[in-house]
This record gives sequence, C-alpha cells and structure tokens, in this order.
Amino acid sequence: MSLLLTVAAAGGLLAAGLIGLAGNRRPEVQRLVYILSIAAMGVVVWAAFSYLLWPPADADATLVLPIGLPSLQPGSPLETHFRLDALSAYFLLVLGLLGSAVGLFAIGYGRHEREPARVLTFYPVFLAGMILVLVADDAFAFLVAWEFMSLSSWFLVLAGHRAEETRRAAYVYLLMAGVGTMALLLAFGLLAGVAGDYSFAAIRAGHLANLSTALVVVLALVGAGSKAGLMPLHAWLPLAHPAAPSHVSALMSGAMTKVALYAIIRILFDLVGPIGWWVGVIVVAIGAASAFMGVLYGLFQRDLKTLLAYSTIENVGIIAVGLGLALMFRANGLAALAALALTAALLHALNHALLKGLLFCGAGAVLDATGLRDIERLGALIHRMPVTATTFLVGAAGLAALPPLNGFVSEWLTFQAILTGPQLPQWELKFGVVVVGALLALTAALAAALFVRAFGIVFLGRPRSAAAAGAVDAGPSMRAALILLAATCVLLGVMPLPAVGLIDPVSRQIIGHSLPGLGAANLLWFVPLPGSYTSYSGLVILVAVAGIAVVVMLLVHGFASNRVRRAPAWDCGFPDPRPQTQYSADSLAQPLRRVFGTSLFRARERVDMPAPGDRRAARLEVRLRDLIWECLYLPVADGLAWFTGRINVLQFLTIRRYLTMMFVALALLLTVVAITQ
Amino acid sequence: MTAVALQLLHLLLMLAVAPALTGLVRKVKALLLGRRGAPVLQPYRDIARLLRKEAIVADSASWLFRVAPYLVFTAVWLGVSLVPAFSLDLLLAPTADLIALVALLGGARFFTALAGLDVGTSFGGIGTSRELMIASLAEPAMLMVIFTVSLLVGTTALAHIAGTLLVHPVGLRVSLGLGLVAITMVAIAENARVPVDNPATHLELTMVHEAMILEYSGRHLALMEGAAMLKLLLYLSLIACMFTPWAMAPPGAGPREIGIGLVAWLGKMAAGGVLLALFETSIAKMRVFRVSEFLAAALLLGLLAVIFLYVSKGL
Repeated sequence: MSLLLTVAAAGGLLAAGLIGLAGNRRPEVQRLVYILSIAAMGVVVWAAFSYLLWPPADADATLVLPIGLPSLQPGSPLETHFRLDALSAYFLLVLGLLGSAVGLFAIGYGRHEREPARVLTFYPVFLAGMILVLVADDAFAFLVAWEFMSLSSWFLVLAGHRAEETRRAAYVYLLMAGVGTMALLLAFGLLAGVAGDYSFAAIRAGHLANLSTALVVVLALVGAGSKAGLMPLHAWLPLAHPAAPSHVSALMSGAMTKVALYAIIRILFDLVGPIGWWVGVIVVAIGAASAFMGVLYGLFQRDLKTLLAYSTIENVGIIAVGLGLALMFRANGLAALAALALTAALLHALNHALLKGLLFCGAGAVLDATGLRDIERLGALIHRMPVTATTFLVGAAGLAALPPLNGFVSEWLTFQAILTGPQLPQWELKFGVVVVGALLALTAALAAALFVRAFGIVFLGRPRSAAAAGAVDAGPSMRAALILLAATCVLLGVMPLPAVGLIDPVSRQIIGHSLPGLGAANLLWFVPLPGSYTSYSGLVILVAVAGIAVVVMLLVHGFASNRVRRAPAWDCGFPDPRPQTQYSADSLAQPLRRVFGTSLFRARERVDMPAPGDRRAARLEVRLRDLIWECLYLPVADGLAWFTGRINVLQFLTIRRYLTMMFVALALLLTVVAITQ
Repeated sequence: MTAVALQLLHLLLMLAVAPALTGLVRKVKALLLGRRGAPVLQPYRDIARLLRKEAIVADSASWLFRVAPYLVFTAVWLGVSLVPAFSLDLLLAPTADLIALVALLGGARFFTALAGLDVGTSFGGIGTSRELMIASLAEPAMLMVIFTVSLLVGTTALAHIAGTLLVHPVGLRVSLGLGLVAITMVAIAENARVPVDNPATHLELTMVHEAMILEYSGRHLALMEGAAMLKLLLYLSLIACMFTPWAMAPPGAGPREIGIGLVAWLGKMAAGGVLLALFETSIAKMRVFRVSEFLAAALLLGLLAVIFLYVSKGL
C-alpha cells in the first residue's frame, strides 16, 4: 500500500509538471502546481511513516510495471521493478518532510519568478525523479530515475539562464552529472555480472570477484559521491546549488545530496554484499576531507548561497564519516557499534536536510527582499526581517552544532561513534579514528565560526547598502514555511528519540542490529550505549537554559535595575556613523585565513599604503586560490581539450584516407581475434 | 532527594564562589607584582554596582544584544553546575557528557560573538574575529583530551569519570600528564588569560574577549562579567574533577564526607587560582598570530596523549 501510494505520488508529480508547462503564465496555476507538490510530498511522508511505524506483512512486495529494459536472457519480459524497504522509506521521509515545507515556501517565493515555465515544469519532475530513485528495485529504473533527477535539476539551475555565471554553473553541472551517471552505469554493469539480470534481487544474490568489488566501490563513490558533493568531485555543487532558484537550492542541498547518499548506502551496504574494512577507510577519509575542506572553503565565501553550498559539502562529509565507521564496525563484526555509527549518519542526514532547507529558504527570503546575495552589502536585517532573522538563527545554530538543536544531537552521536573507534582490532584504524576525531572537532568549531560570520554579517550590525536598509520581511507563506522548518528542527533536537526510533528498522535491515540504547530509552534521557553511561538530554538543556534565563532576568529586573537608555554606540569613544567602518565579512575571516588559508589556499595579501601626503586610497588585495580546481580539474580539462583538438583532424580527411583507416582497423581487429583464439 | 538538594547547593555555591576566585587571582597577581591589590571580595562589589546602574544600549543594537547576556550567563551557569565539584551525586549530571558540555560552552561563545557584531562597531568585530580563531583551535585540542580520558575510563560522563578514577586510580601516566598540560592550555585560551589574551587590558590591539563585550554596560555587563568568572571556575573545576578527583563525596555519602569534599574542593580551587596567577605573572602576552601555534601545540599534546595511551596499553 505504501509503495503504491509513493509511486502514485510520483506519477501525480509528473502530471503536475505538465500542468506547469501548460499554464505557467497564470498565477493560480503556479499556486496549483506547488499545492499539488505539497500534497504529493504529504502522501510520501504518510507512506514512509506508516511503513516505518507499522511494517506491513507483505514487506517484500514489489510493484512491477510492464515497461523496461529487455533482458539478455531470451524470453524474459520487459519489466521495471519498484520496492519499498526500510532504507527507502527513511529517505522518502527525509525527502517528503523537506519537500512539503519547501513547497509551502515556493508558493510565496515563486511569484517573483520572471520565467515561471522554466521552474514550474521541472520542479515537480525533479521531486518525482528523487522519489523514483528511492523506490527503484532494478538498475534500469534506478538509472532512468537518476537521470530524471539530474536533468530536471539541471534545467532548474538554468532557470536564471540570463546570467553568465549561471550558464557556466549549469555547464559544469551537466558535465559532472554525465560523468557520475556513467560511473554508476558501469558499477551496475559490474554488479549485474555476465548473467545480465539487472534487478536488485538478482544482484544481491550474485557474488563478485575481489577486483570487481573494488571497482564497484570506486565507481559507486565516483558516481553517487559526486552527486552528494564529496571531495574532490564536489566542484559543481557550490556553482550549481546557489545558481538555482532558492527553493530549488534548498531541495538540491537538502534532499538531492541525501538521495545520492542513499545510492551509496544502497550499493555499499546492500548490493555488493560483504566487503572488507578498507572500504570504510576510503569512505571515512573522503568524508573527513570533505567536511574539513568544505567548511574552510565556506568560511571565505562572500556569496550567501555559495557559503551555504560549501556547508552542505561539510555536512555530507560528516554523514560519510558516520557511514564509513559503520562499514568498518560491520566488517569487524561489531554490529552494535555499527548501528550507532549508522544511526548517527542517518540522523544527521535528516537534520541536515531540514536545517539546510531552512537556511536556503532564509537566504531566498533575503534575496527576495534585497536582491542581494553578496553578504558584504547586507547587514542589520534583524531589524527589518525579524521572522527570517530568527528562523535563520535557529538554522545557523543548528548547523553550528549547538545544543539543544537537532544538528548537535547527530554530531554528538557521530563523536560517540568515533570515541568507540579504539575498539576496532586493526591498529591503523585505531590511530586513524583519532585523527578523524580531531579533524571533525576542528570542522565543528569552524562551522560555528562560519555561521557566526554568515548570520552576524547578514543580519546584525548596520546596513551596508540601501537595499539592505529598505528590506521588508518575507510574505506569509514563506514565513510559515520558515517557522515550520525551524520548529521541526527545535523539536527534533529536544526529542531525538522518535527519529532514532524511525531509523531502527533501517539499522536492523542493513546492519542486523538495533542501537543498543534504544530499548532502555525514554523521552528525557538519550543513552546510546548503556554500558558507557554517556547520556544527553536536549529537553533538560532547553528547559534549564530558558527557565533559568527567565528567572535571572526577572530577578535582575526586579531587584537590581530595569532601566534602559538608548545612546550612540561607544566604540572606545570614536564611533563613526559610516557603515564601512564596521567589520566586514572578509576582515572577520582574516585570522582564520592567516592560520589555514596561507598553505591550503595559497592566500596572499598585498597592502598598498600610500605615502603620507599622497591622497589616493589605500588598497588591500587578498588572493585565494582553489588548489583542487587548479590541480585536478584544469589539467583534466586541458588534457581533454588537447586530445580532442588532435583527433578533430579525423573529421576532415579524404575518402581515400578514411578507407585506409577502415582497412587498418579491420586488419588490427582480425589480428587480435587470431591471437586470442 | 539528596540529589536535588546537592544540585541546588551546587548551583548556588558556584555562583557564590566564582567572583571570589577571580578576586583571588587578581589579588595574588597584584601581590606578585609588588602592589597591594584590591581586596578579594572586590568583584562582588563590582557586580553589585553594575547591576544597580542603568543599561545603556546602542541605537543600532537589536534584541539579540539584550538577550545574549542572559543566555550566555545561563549557559555557563548550567555548564558549571554539571561538573561534579565536591559530590558526585548531581541531579543534572546525565544532561550532558563532556562533549555536550563543550558544545554548551560553544553556545555561550556563539552568542557572545554575535553580540560583538550586533552593534556594528569595529572593536566588536575585531574581538569576534579573533575569538573565532582561538575557539576553532581550542576545541579540537579539548576533544583530544576527552578522547584520552574516555579511552582510560570508557565513558565521557563526568560523574562516572571522576567516580571511576576515585575508586580505581590509574596511577601516574604519561598520557594523563600530557592531557593535563593540553587542557590547561585550552583553559587559558578559553578564559582569555595571559598569554593568549589579557583580561585587564583595554588597549584595542590586545583585546579579544573584552572587545566583544565593549558595548555592554550596567546589568548586561554584570552578567557578561559573571559568565566569565563562572567560566574560569568551570575550567578549574573540570580539571580538578578529571585529574584530581580526590576527596569527592560518592553518591549516598553522609554530611561528613560532603563537608570534607567541600573543603577539599575549595582548597583545589584556591590552589588553582594561585597557580594561574603565578603562571600569568611569569609569562608575557603573545602576539595574536602566535596564539595559533600555542593552541596547535595543545592539539599535538592531546594527540600524543592518545597515542601514548595506545602504546602503553598495547605493551
């Protein structure tokens, strides 16, 4: 039943795309498309919830559609398989929760779209693609749905196609999506083996040689990892995610990266079968590198949405660390610890989806109100946009991993999993896990710095431009979506256990073990591993901090003083009314740029200070280099350009030469056949 | 019932002792410098005076500026009330383990840093930007110390760490020594003490913490100062709890044991305050960009502590 509902929701979304195409000029059609998408997402949430809470008796039921890929075996029918299991259901829940809130936001946000057809047609198709990836049960359905997701999101990125950098972003995205899909295609080809049965059930039953397993792992990490934004294949993400309309950015960063992580989990935990701990090492290493580098890149960005996109890379990295740890623990037979690491990763996936959706919607509200994404020209929006500012603060604090918010719970669980790392038998893993822990702690602290910078510069201080000074708060549907998302984040932080309970079926499915602390848990105290006595309670922290703060305020106001006088800022006696005298975003990041950027980004500063009496302005020039782009992407692009330039000659040959080439090729092939026979 | 009573006693005791500790450090520093110094009780008078004054709020300040002192003060107060001091029997102890405690303090810092940016002055910004650098380096070093302790004891719950070390002393270990040095360096950085920051300065180029709270006055400043005093007490109490848990009263102990624990804890805090004053007078403040090296050293010491523990356990 759940599966049927889900597939029907996807079908409904495809139909909504057609409606959007047909009547895109009329505002009521725009509203209709978004309302339809909210309804479809609601159905998906319900289906996923009911599946996870009350697993049906026919849990293995699949849905077979009579269209599809002809099998290599003669006589087998054309079929497409869909199936819902706990893993799919959990990710459907993540997608559905975010998708419905974003749809609500889009009702207000989409009204200002200049070319609505470019968004309305592809927005529902994008959602449908993601749903179908999650329920696909054969490689053919999976890849077709994957391409639906990739291409519709590419069209959405191109919605603002008049800007030059948007076209460049879309171009890079299309290239990377192509490479990713090709890698996945090859991975599934290897998984299906010579028998050529592409259904997941057959793949699961098959056995792979060691070399093929290694290749599948690498190809899956390239294919799905590039979509998730794992380093070093992340380069498209901070270009493409910010270029899309903000509600689409929210879905791409919040949901599409999670669908990609689902693909990684599906292949590495489920389809390839038992694999060695070395796979976990690769995943953890990539994840830790993505987390650390992602947040560092984000710290030095000026564009609000680009900064959020880099933070997505960071959080995907944290999730990957959890997944890699789960693989290591599982390969060593430590099922309880594997369940802990997996729970941490999956909970962070949900939390990050909601938090990043909230922040991208907040950035969209700022963009809508001011037309600006450059944080150096914003400021003081907390006075003019109180709802957006407050909800953005919740999201920022959540991703900075501050208790009692939800982002903290999952990072705390990840740290607990890391602290159990020394129980691994391999010495190299024991040492490696410690380094990963230090790196993640550094990442968490830098993330806090990133969000102090983002929130402080955009919403606090004095306005840095006329647009920022004249901003008005978002419209009712946008405000409602922001409040809804922020409230969900607080709720999940204060009561993480219901969410952990929803992860439990997934953990039992792919690890074969529950989180040990789940049985003894109550709503107040969260004890992941009962043997270690380590516990946390977001509810107590929230109640204690809020309660004590109110008591302190009442006491101070009642017994000491409650007089307030407004006055000009003190600023050590030299206040300057010009907003340029505030700290800017670049100067705020300067100490961290000195510490980390000098080596990792080859940051160089040049100060041009005119001599006394010279009246020209002083100049400070800061140059950062993206070494990953320069050392990995540019050489590959240059090499390809060189190679294609060379073989381009082949298109302008005489017929005699073509015939000669064909003859030589034929002779070569015959020789090869003769040798191998 | 005793847990509730002990928790309440603990909460109020922390509030009562924190200014005296700061006063003691200032007094000892003054004596070491050959001055007479203000009496130890001076911080109480300062806070009482600030509380009675009216609060002056800058024109450009938002609600965040006025809410932040209460949040910061409460977060630090809650944090210090989770660290066992004289008794292991605390009602709120399961609320947060060491990692959550560090994150709670991170929350206090998050709001202090935002408050520094709120008015839109250059000094607030300079404080915030430097604080962010210091914090981002201090936190990983702190985690390495937590890692060491959790490897030794098998938990990150503070009451259990102290309880286990109390019953089964692990003896002198190189790792614990390195960890102690590392956490001391972190504590110095986090509490804005010399050589990282100077709590007594108002010279713009050297301020970090003071620059962030420069715009505060009256009761808001009193709360911010109170939070700083509580934080110093918290770190001293934390170090005492993890490295010298002697004479702490176990759960279910009688009044006599609790009394002994109380006296011992006061002694530990006084000793810590005197040592801090000694250290601060014997060292010069370093340039801001040397701080990263100082904290990187703390991080490496923490890493070494973990590795030594592996080696010593493996042999």
